[in-house]
This record gives sequence, C-alpha cells and structure tokens, in this order.
Amino acid sequence: MASTDTAAKVKTDDLAGLEAGLDALDAVELRRTPVREVLVKKVLPPTLAVALVLVVWQVLVAAEITDETKLPAPSAVWDGLADMWLQGTLLEVIWTSVSRGLAGFLLALAIGTPLGLLVARVKFVRAAIGPILSGLQSLPSVAWVPPAVLWFGLNDAMMYTVILLGAVPSIANGLVSGVDQVPPLFLRAGRTLGATGLRGTWHVVLPAALPGYLAGLKQGWAFSWRSLMAAEIIASSPDLGLGLGQLLENGRNNIDLPGVFLAILLILVVGIAIDLLIFSPLERWVLRSRGLLVK
Amino acid sequence: MATTFAKAAEGTVAEQTHAARMEHVSKSFSGPAGAQLVLDDVSLDVAPGEFVTILGASGCGKSTLLNLVAGLDRPTQGSIETPGGRPALMFQEHALFPWLTAGKNIELALRLRGLPRAERKPEAERLLELVRLGGAYGKRVHELSGGMRQRVALARALAQDSQLLLMDEPFAALDAITRDVLHGELTRIWEETNLSVLFVTHNVREAVRLAQRVVLLSSRPGRVAKEWTVDIPQPRRIEDADVAELSVEITEHLRGEIRRHGQH
Repeated sequence: MASTDTAAKVKTDDLAGLEAGLDALDAVELRRTPVREVLVKKVLPPTLAVALVLVVWQVLVAAEITDETKLPAPSAVWDGLADMWLQGTLLEVIWTSVSRGLAGFLLALAIGTPLGLLVARVKFVRAAIGPILSGLQSLPSVAWVPPAVLWFGLNDAMMYTVILLGAVPSIANGLVSGVDQVPPLFLRAGRTLGATGLRGTWHVVLPAALPGYLAGLKQGWAFSWRSLMAAEIIASSPDLGLGLGQLLENGRNNIDLPGVFLAILLILVVGIAIDLLIFSPLERWVLRSRGLLVK
Repeated sequence: MATTFAKAAEGTVAEQTHAARMEHVSKSFSGPAGAQLVLDDVSLDVAPGEFVTILGASGCGKSTLLNLVAGLDRPTQGSIETPGGRPALMFQEHALFPWLTAGKNIELALRLRGLPRAERKPEAERLLELVRLGGAYGKRVHELSGGMRQRVALARALAQDSQLLLMDEPFAALDAITRDVLHGELTRIWEETNLSVLFVTHNVREAVRLAQRVVLLSSRPGRVAKEWTVDIPQPRRIEDADVAELSVEITEHLRGEIRRHGQH
C-alpha cells in the first residue's frame, strides 16, 4: 500500500515538472519592434512618396508645361501657408473646422452606437431599417446640404445635421458588422457563464465586436470630415466663421489658385492627421492586445 | 461562499442522488430532408462526484447531448435535471475572451456568479494556482500555449462553482504529450474537488484513462449502446496495460457500431 502511495506521489510530482517544462517550451516570445525598424519600414516610404510628388510638381512648374494660373508653384503655396501662420489665422481656421468636425463626430457616435446595437440585436429593427441604413452610406452627404440649409438656415445646426446624416450610418453599420462577426463560440461560452441578455451584450458582444466597431468609427470620421467640408464650401457665410471649406471657397472667389491648393492640402492633412493620431493607434492597440496584429 | 461547494460539498452531495439525470431524452433537428432524429431515448445518470465519459463516433449526437445538459438547447422529448444549478462547460476550443487577460477571464466568471468584487482577484489567483498557472494572471490569451489556454479554460469553468463540469472533447486539439499532462491534471483536480464530470470524446483510450464509467453511444441516432465500469485505480496512464486491454474491448464495440452504417 505504502509503495503505491509513493508511486502516486512520484507521478504527480513528475507531472508538475513536466508541465513546467512544457510551458517553458511553448512560451510565446513577444518582441517590441525597435525604433530604427519602425523608421525604416513605416516612416521612410510615405516620406519618400511625398517628396517624389513635390519634386514632380516642381519639375512640371519649372518646365512651364502650363502657366502659373493653372498650376501654382509649390513655393507659392508655401508662401500662402507662411502668410497665414504669420497673420495668426492658420490655427484659427483649422480649429474652426476641426472642432466642428470632432463635435459632430462625437454626436454621431452618441447616436450611431445605440442605433447600431438596436439594428444588430433586434431582428424586427434590423429588417425595418437595416437596408435603409446601409443604403444611406452610398448617398453622398453633400446631397443633405440644400435641405439642411432650408431647415435651419446658415448656422452650426445645419452643419451638424449634414455631419450626422453622413456619419451616423457608417458608425451604426460598423457596429452591426462587428456584432455579426462575433464568433458564435464566444456567445455560447458567455451563456454558459451566465452572461445573458444585457449582461451578455455588455460583457461579451460589445467587447467582441470592438474591432469592427472601431473600423466603423474610422469610416465615420472620414464621413464626418467630408460632410463638413461639403457643408462649409456650399454654405459659406460670415456668421459661420472661417473654416477650411470657406477658405477653399474664398480662394475660388478671389481666383487665388495657390490659396485653393493650400486649402485642399490643409483639408487632406487634417483628415489624415486625425486618423493617424486617434483612430489608427486605437485600432492597433485593440488588435495587438488580442494578438490579431503580428507587426 | 467559495468553499461551500469545494470543501463542505460532501454533506450536500450525499443528499442528492445524482448530479445530472437524463430521462428518455430525444432530440431532432429539422433539416432539408425533414426532421432528423439525433438522440433517441437516452437515459443516463451521473452520480455526485462521478466521472463519466460519453464515447461515440461522429454523428452519435454526443455534443448535442452536452448542449442539452448545459441548457444551451432544449430536448424534443424527455427531461434533463441538474440539481446543482447551471453546469460549467468546456469546449474543444478554449473559448477564452481575447480582450481579457487570463486572470480577468476567470474574474468575469466569478463576477457573473455573483462573487463580491473584493474576493474575485484572490479567488482567480487561487484557481490559476490550482491549474499550476500561478504566474499567468496578467497574460493575454495569445501569449499562452494551447495547453495553457485549456488550463485557464478549466480554471474559468471551475470558477462557476458548479457541481457538474461538462467537457466537450476539450483536449482533442492538443498534442499527445500535452494531452497526457492535462489528463493527469484533470484527474488530480477531480479528486481534489468532488466535481462530477461528464466528458465527451471519440478517443477510446482517453475515455478509459479518465473515467469511472464509459458510456458508448450508437450513431444516427444516438442511443446508449453499452456501458463499462472502469475500476482501474487512479492515477492511471494512457499506456497502462489494463487501460489498453479495456480500450481494445470497447474499440471492438465502437467499430461494430460504425460498421452497421456501411451495411445498407
């Protein structure tokens, strides 16, 4: 009897050692990418591309392919930028548009999220408004500017209306597709743990749908920004303050081509910057923490 | 609260005659060719503290049966009782939530069970210690190996503090060495905790290695074909001669069940 007891003890001790060995062998090595590698692989290529565009642009101007009124020199656009900076209007103009865009986006977020959740989880709601919601995404939001002007006049309410009509559908649709892609196994696991109803939505469905939701947010921001620019270009009024859209429209009215180019570049740069500074890091963090991002 | 079940269970378990009781359970699914009978009149008891494996080829409805016992689906006919409350369930895939760390996965189960906030972290650490993963509390799921994931999944299932643990081929996707080790761990934890286990597999040796009782299901529809009591003392090993001997006998019956489907 004593011998079987010791045999049993040896076996279990052996098990612990074996297990520790297996764990050590199977351990996943996680490595952070060194800064140099990030610079070479992520920063260098786009910098080169931008430099190339500038070079080609300058060459076209120098070769006088067309005259200055059709294609302004990069230096003329740069001078315009420097002027705005020295007058102190540059940041003000950018902030007018960015603050509007972000406020509109947050409002769209507050409306689009519960709406998306309703469409994703309630069959009747999905059947009723699901197709309309995805259809709305293909409607250019500039189409909402005329009715919004008629409803509200030339003011901020009109701007926000246009942003909301552009961004809410993409945020809601992003959440719907995120929820649709939740692996059924997670839902079953959640139910056996007792996460049903609202608790299931909060603890399982929403976190599982986060990657799809974030993709929707990214697109929602792009739509907000585009809608806002359309609204600012079409409905410019002194009461609204000078935003990037109005800057572009003013450039056209003054036949100031460098100014027009400058405005377009600023709109592009701001749109990219918000994406790079807010949404991309957020998305990468979520994907990386789940092991879904290798690099 | 946490210890009522694990330590003082002997008293309460003795009053109950079964941890799960399936009575004349039938299940059919509506398919393209009309209603298809998957389980036919299955009656089976799992005694408190008993380890039962359900063995069968594909199409025997063993996973369906487990889903019914877990309450994820309802039987078409018959009844299923689990007096110990909602059973815990482990899947072939670990089914851990990738947005939570190993420790937080377990804490979610504790929270859903209603354990007060202050007790959750110590209890999660105790459970990780039980599956010998004391250092893995802050690890993300993708940082763990397959065997470690299944051990965290086991700890999460234990966190439900259920008297009945259902296991749906939980080691089928693991390599042979890891599977061996996990068989040992499961046996040890089962002996330490008074758990009743209903374990589904298609691996005859695994069934004999683990169980006190092996139940063979026939295929299409699933019926209880035969039962064996395994009185080989634990700890067993999968390569033990008496495990092999009984496995050969059971495999013969399993093959017989499969052959019937080739004779039309």
